[in-house]
Amino acid sequence: MNRYRIAVHITPRRGILDPQGRTVADALHTLGFSAVHDVHVGRHVVVELDAGDEKAAAESTRAMCEKLLANPVTEDFEIASVDAS
Amino acid sequence: MKFGIVTFPGSNCDYDAYQGVVETLGEEATYLWHKDHDLQGSDVIILPGGFSYGDYLRAGAIARFSPIMQDVAAHAKRGGPVLGICNGFQIACEAGLLPGALLRNESLKYIAEFVKLRVENTETLFTNRYEQGETLLIPIAHGDGRYTADETTLDRLEGEGRVVFRYVGGRRDAEEFWSPNGSMRAIAGIINDAGNVLGMMPHPERAMDDLLGSDDGLGVFESVLARVGV
Repeated sequence: MNRYRIAVHITPRRGILDPQGRTVADALHTLGFSAVHDVHVGRHVVVELDAGDEKAAAESTRAMCEKLLANPVTEDFEIASVDAS
Repeated sequence: MKFGIVTFPGSNCDYDAYQGVVETLGEEATYLWHKDHDLQGSDVIILPGGFSYGDYLRAGAIARFSPIMQDVAAHAKRGGPVLGICNGFQIACEAGLLPGALLRNESLKYIAEFVKLRVENTETLFTNRYEQGETLLIPIAHGDGRYTADETTLDRLEGEGRVVFRYVGGRRDAEEFWSPNGSMRAIAGIINDAGNVLGMMPHPERAMDDLLGSDDGLGVFESVLARVGV
């Protein structure tokens, strides 16, 4: 068993109204970042766990996302990184 | 008839529901602790409003895994009535007892005010004492009440008469749909396909007496009583 540190990005599904993202985009426009055309605000979750290898660690985290960390109705998730720690 | 009201850490409308059932309806009620596995012979389960588990991760996401929720799900599967109010609606969606999800209000603000609701289906277990199309005055108090589902689910809910309550009017026209929170199709409450699980963001238990500004919420409880009896 090795210890892994896995980062997950959870974002509102595209097409679903994201008022937080829209508000941040408006603020960026006000600050002069006129090239910004969309912002999505989500969550960044870091899980530390023991697993046989990187693949098993990622698979286990994927299952956690499907069961709890992300809402399958409204959110998408991606495993951003898997690091041995 | 006995109402079982689940208390999660962070529930804050369990006492209101208890008062409404016992004082106003004159029925029996008991609190059910989230760590227990005992519904204590309750005929109707209420998942009350509040901020269970501090709304950590997502509203209702953690409460769904409370020990008592296994028993609530089994009760629902047997056809037992379950009324999810506000946070209870969020929990019921997270638990898969109802389709869809409740997201942050479009305004990003917590809203606490009386709203007008239209009863869209008076055939259900929870609305049979209302008149078709009747407009009710019932308060909302939530930050995450924007009902969201995919178009297929929304069409199906509407086609099957499972959109039970809709927000109407706002401060303008009582006939016009209006979402205070950005809910898709102005949905305020829905029922499952078996017809025994109702989820609604407005608080009928806070509208049980004219002294509170409205007694329009009474009908939800009287409807269950009329149908389940005992």
